[in-house]
Formats: sequence, structure tokens, C-alpha cells
Amino acid sequence: MSAPPDQIVDPTSFPMFDPADNKISKPQFSLRDLLAESVAGLLARPGRLALTALGTVLGIAALVATLGITETAGGQVSEIFSELDATVVTAQPDGGGGFGFGNNTPSTIPFDAERRLLRINGVNAAGTKSSVDTGASLVRALPVTNSRNGAGFNLDVLAGSPGLLDAVKGTLREGRWFDHGHNDRADPVAILGPAAAERLEITRVDNLPTVFIGELPFSVLGIIDDVVREPDMLSAVIIPDLTARQMFDLAAPREVIIDTQLGAARQVGQAVSLTLDPVDFTRIRTRVPPETTVGESIEDSIRSLLLILGGVSLLVGALGIANVTLVSVLERRSEIGLRRSLGAAKRHIASQFLLESTATGLLGGLIGATLGLITIVVVAAYQDWTPILASWLPFAAVGLGAVIGLLSGLYPSLRAARIEPIAALRGTG
Amino acid sequence: MTQLDVPLPVVRHSPPVMQLAGINRIFAGTPPVEALKPTALRIERGDYISITGPSGSGKSTLLHIMGLLDRATDGIYMLDGIDTGALSDAQRTGLRGRKIGFVFQAFHLMQHRTVVENVALAQIYNGSPRKDRTKRAREALEQVGLGHRLDFTPTTLSGGEKQRCAIARALVSSPSILLADEPTGNLDSQTSEQVMSLFDELHSQGLTLAVITHDPDVSARAQRVVRITDGELREELV
Repeated sequence: MSAPPDQIVDPTSFPMFDPADNKISKPQFSLRDLLAESVAGLLARPGRLALTALGTVLGIAALVATLGITETAGGQVSEIFSELDATVVTAQPDGGGGFGFGNNTPSTIPFDAERRLLRINGVNAAGTKSSVDTGASLVRALPVTNSRNGAGFNLDVLAGSPGLLDAVKGTLREGRWFDHGHNDRADPVAILGPAAAERLEITRVDNLPTVFIGELPFSVLGIIDDVVREPDMLSAVIIPDLTARQMFDLAAPREVIIDTQLGAARQVGQAVSLTLDPVDFTRIRTRVPPETTVGESIEDSIRSLLLILGGVSLLVGALGIANVTLVSVLERRSEIGLRRSLGAAKRHIASQFLLESTATGLLGGLIGATLGLITIVVVAAYQDWTPILASWLPFAAVGLGAVIGLLSGLYPSLRAARIEPIAALRGTG
Repeated sequence: MTQLDVPLPVVRHSPPVMQLAGINRIFAGTPPVEALKPTALRIERGDYISITGPSGSGKSTLLHIMGLLDRATDGIYMLDGIDTGALSDAQRTGLRGRKIGFVFQAFHLMQHRTVVENVALAQIYNGSPRKDRTKRAREALEQVGLGHRLDFTPTTLSGGEKQRCAIARALVSSPSILLADEPTGNLDSQTSEQVMSLFDELHSQGLTLAVITHDPDVSARAQRVVRITDGELREELV
């Protein structure tokens, strides 16, 4: 059904008036378009964008670096406080009942404790150490090498893991320490402390001397020269953990000794009990070095001074963004006028400029936080420190950059919204 | 089927594109200036009207009121039958984006965007679906004869091409009227002629045009000529 021919409108490429089109509505501007327009506005002048963001970059970098370096320095051990004590963490099962579930079963340290602990960040070396109950067996060397008598000596027998020597920062005078292979096979091998070696009159190991613990023979693999920690090892006979389990019914290692990176001991200490006993970490008691750090030696006044400097550069950065955005608003009067004539409401204009300045601040925050992190790492590397930084700080710094951009853009974007399209469109451009 | 059920052709019942009754504009000051004296003007669909007059005569004031860029001090202004005086600023802005296509003397193209992006820009504020925009922008550019310049930036275009790009931008939202403010002011006579021929062609296709100009050659091309002198409107018989 169609209209009578005499009423048909001349066909044209322009649609005629359609009452449906007369719906009165406010202008629309999707968020995605807003983002696209703001980014395009910024990227149109990349050089200016870089210079505008520079102030924020410097301010954020200064803040991040200051906070990070003071935190890093605070985590380092003072020279007075021995590095040795500051890098050892020990853990033992807690004999008393904890308050977790299963508190009636005392915890045990697993035989693979060493492997587990090495996965913790900041752990240099780890080893287990247990005294072995040999049932009062005496230790003696082969009768032929024992010039006094064959009765033997009442020497301590310790069980250890392959990493124990490194964990106690020990060195060997002769031979080698046993490895995982010896341990896993429960080989009858032993390491002698220097005092034990002297009493047993063993001075070299290249001829594979044998010692007897009770009636059981053990090949001597090496002789300790010295240890920095755990000096009871110096007068003991040390055998692998699993050898001790097989031959002397060692139920579980009694203690772990961990050598950590400088400044990482407290963090490692927090992870150790959970690593050793994931079921109920309260059953493991760890000992970490007391918190004696260089933190106090970094003057609070210097720290505040640096923070103030960072704050000032941020303020300058904010003023820079405000200034450049304002200039850009005035320069882009005709663009604003055009957008208004195309149906952009005042708030659309304002939000576009606000988003541009926020994005500038965000960019400054990103670059600044990155530079700050690099500074921390470089300073820490130069000072031989372990860099330490609260993980939220870089994110907060980026957010701060964006907030600064937002605040700086408030006034210019209000100015932009107030520009009259009439005046703007009369200009050239 | 009775006669009443036959759909009536829209053209018979559509209101005039613009209807101004008693519109004036007084700028506050000491003394207040009446830039536009009470004015009546009716622009029908498909009209091609030129508004001419010396500078300071009130042409621009009239253009701004017609383009919803300014409010009249008094009087009634109906656009497509809508009483614009009753609308809020936001509603007027929305109406402007959908009903009016502007063409400026200074083109106002964005230098950092391509030709097709400049034209597509006209659709972001009036709720056009995103995916249609580039297609429609291409069509509008084909219509003004710039189909071969789609991905150029305005800086590489000649003056006439810039103005045609601006015209495509004004057409892309299918406005009720094209308002051109000194469209040939920055062009030499030859390129002016090209733009004017384009206007003739668009008019023959049914587009409603209002051209503000002080150039008698340009105003002579229109079907109706309105002259403003000292804020007073007088339609010349052509």
C-alpha cells in the first residue's frame, strides 16, 4: 500500500522531516569516545606531553626513591651489629602445645627441610642439624691407626644435611662434604670436626680412612677446617640425616640453620615456620636476629628534607600541568567551539580536558615510579644492600600522579567549559 | 481500508525548518545595544537562503540565534516545530548536534586528524552508533567529491578541499539545515565557485541551506536573499 502518486515527495538524497527525529534529548558522549578524544588530544602534541609530565615524573621519582631508600637502609644491618648474627635464622619444633589444631602432636622438621627452605627468597643456604643418640657407642678409628687403644672416644655424633656446611659458613681442611647422593642412599659416610679428627688421629682422607661408631663403619669424606656458627660441630662426627635415620633411628631433624642475605633475615624468619609445617606453623619456633639496623643512623631530618623536596617537585609538577593545560585550552578555543557546535555539552568539554590532564599525571606517575624504583635498586646495588620496598608504594605513586593530574586539570577544564562557541568560532584556525 | 489509513506524505505536514517570530537580541551594556531588532523569518524545507549585509549589521547575531549558539532576548524561535526557547541549555546542545550542520569561514578542521576522522567527529556527540560513523563519514566525503582524500590530514589539502571537508562534516549527521558563515571568506574566486556549485548541487538534492555572506556573488546564488541593515531584516525579491 502506498501513497497516491500525486502526493509522493520528490526523491532526494536528503531524508525529509521525520517527527521521530524531534525527540528532545540531551547530547550523548560515550566514555569510550571521551577516552579516544582525550588520548588523541594528548598525542597530537607528544613533545608538550613529555615536558608537561616531567614535573610529575621528577616529583614521584623523588618520593618513591626517598621512601624506598630509607626503607632499604632501615632494613640493612648496622656495621656494629655483626653481619654474622644478622644473617642467621634457626628453627626448632616447639615442644609445647600451640593453639592450632593438632596441638597434641608435636611437630617435626621434615627431612627435606633444606630443599624447601632454599625456595624462600633471601635464603643463601640452609641445613639441618641434629644430635644423634648412638646409645653411648664410642667412636674409634681403625685399630691400626689408633696408637693408644682400641676403646675409642666418647665423641658427639651429629646428623646433618648436605647444605649444613654452607649454612654454618664452614670450610673444609681435607676432602669434601657429603652430597645429596650420599644422603639419599643413606651411605655410611662421615665428616670429622677438626678436634674429633685430631683425637682419632686422622689427618688425611685421600686414603679413605674408616671410623667406627659402635660397630658400624663409616668412610671419612672430609675434615672440617672451621665453622663460623654452631661450634659444636668442631668436635663432632657428622653423618648424613638419612644415614642417621637408617642406622640410629633418627626420627626427624632437630634444628634448621639458615644463612640469609643481609637484611632479609626477618622476612625469611616469617616464612620459615609456614614452610616447615604448613599444617600448623605455630608448632615451629624460629629465632631471628633482633632488629638492630642502620635505620636509626639515617637522620630523620634528612628523610623529611628529601620528602619535602619530593613534595615541592610534585607541587611544581602540578602547577606545570595546570599551566600547560590552561595554555592548551586557550590555544584550542576553536576546537572547543567546533565541538560545542557539533553538539558537545559544557561537561563534555570539561571532562575531555580533565581526562587529558589526569592522563598526563598518570603517565608522569608511571614513569616517575619506574625511575624511583631504578634509583632504589642502583643505590642498593652500590651500597651492597638488599633493596626493600613496600609493594603498595609504586602503585600508590602512580595513583598519586593521576590525582595530581586530576586536581591540576580542574581549573583549566572549567575554563574550557566556559568558552563561548560564538567567540571561538570567529577566530581563525 | 479507508482513505484515512493511507500514510500521509510527511512533506505536507512537516513544520518549517525554522520559524522566527519577534526574535530580537539586546546585548547588555551602557547603553544596551539592540544588535537584532524584532525579526520574523520563515525557512521552508528545501529553501536556499542567503543572509547578507555589511559587517556589524547583525548577520552573526542572527546566525548564532539560528544555530542555537545564542539565545534571543525576546521572541519565539521554532526549529523543526520545536520551541527552542523552552529548552534547557543541554537540550539545545543536543538539538544543535542533530539538526544543524555548521560550515565556518575558517574551516575549523582538526590538524592532527585525518579527513575522515574530522568528518566522523561530528557524530560522537549525537549518539550515532560507533560502527556506522566511518562508513557515513566516507559517504559524506564522496558526496562532496573528497573520496580520494580520506586519509590525508587537513594540512595537505587546498583551501577548497578543506571547505568541502568541513561541508561533509556538516552533512554527516543529516541535519535539517546547513548554516554556513562566510563559507567562501578564506577562498579565492575559483575555489569559491567550486564551493558554491557544491551548495547548488546539495540544494537540488533537497538540502535546506542558509548562507551568511557579504559577497554579492555568493548571495546571488541563493533562491531567497535576506538583507540585514542595522539589525533590521528585509527580504529581497529575486
